[in-house]
Amino acid sequence: MNLSHFSAVLLFSLFTSIVFAITRRAEPKKMVRFGALCFALFVSGTIAASWVMWLIKH
Amino acid sequence: MTTKVQAPTAAGGKTGSGDAAASGVSPALALLAGWLVPGAGHLLLGKWVRATLLMVSIVGMFAIGIALAGKVYTPNTGEPLDMLGFAGDFGSGLLYGLARVLGWGQAPVLVAVADYGTKFIVVAGLLNVVAAVDAHSLASGRKPS
Repeated sequence: MNLSHFSAVLLFSLFTSIVFAITRRAEPKKMVRFGALCFALFVSGTIAASWVMWLIKH
Repeated sequence: MTTKVQAPTAAGGKTGSGDAAASGVSPALALLAGWLVPGAGHLLLGKWVRATLLMVSIVGMFAIGIALAGKVYTPNTGEPLDMLGFAGDFGSGLLYGLARVLGWGQAPVLVAVADYGTKFIVVAGLLNVVAAVDAHSLASGRKPS
């Protein structure tokens, strides 16, 4: 199996967000919102960190 | 003309104990089942949607980690970081035992994607521990629903 770095980020964020949402919130509606927030933060945080590393290198 | 009055119920969150706590499942059993098989703790409590999502997520992460040729840590290597990795992997319960028995994840990590696989396997174990503790909290009534 071979994944691109970005698809690895998406899969990691998706699965982790699902578990966080189910375990950290009690109501289904709040779970969905918290899961979406976690996913967005994971992905955007990774992209931001990638750009920071690019800037440090250049 | 009559007015319907609802009696306060556990679902309203007033009592601090939900349906799962009233299911009669021992918190220790929910914890143990949830650790051994991802999602089994929630399944025992009758929360099959959550159980399915947890199982798909945790088993999926573990399987992707194995498929990416990630490393499965073994105990007693003497390296502190390996011990931490083992602690994470061990959280996967029976999945870890299966990987050891079948010899998965024993090849040396040579490429970056395989290192990602190692992280997927460790995080799958850690998330499984979080899910098992959540099942324990539901069974004991500490988490309302």
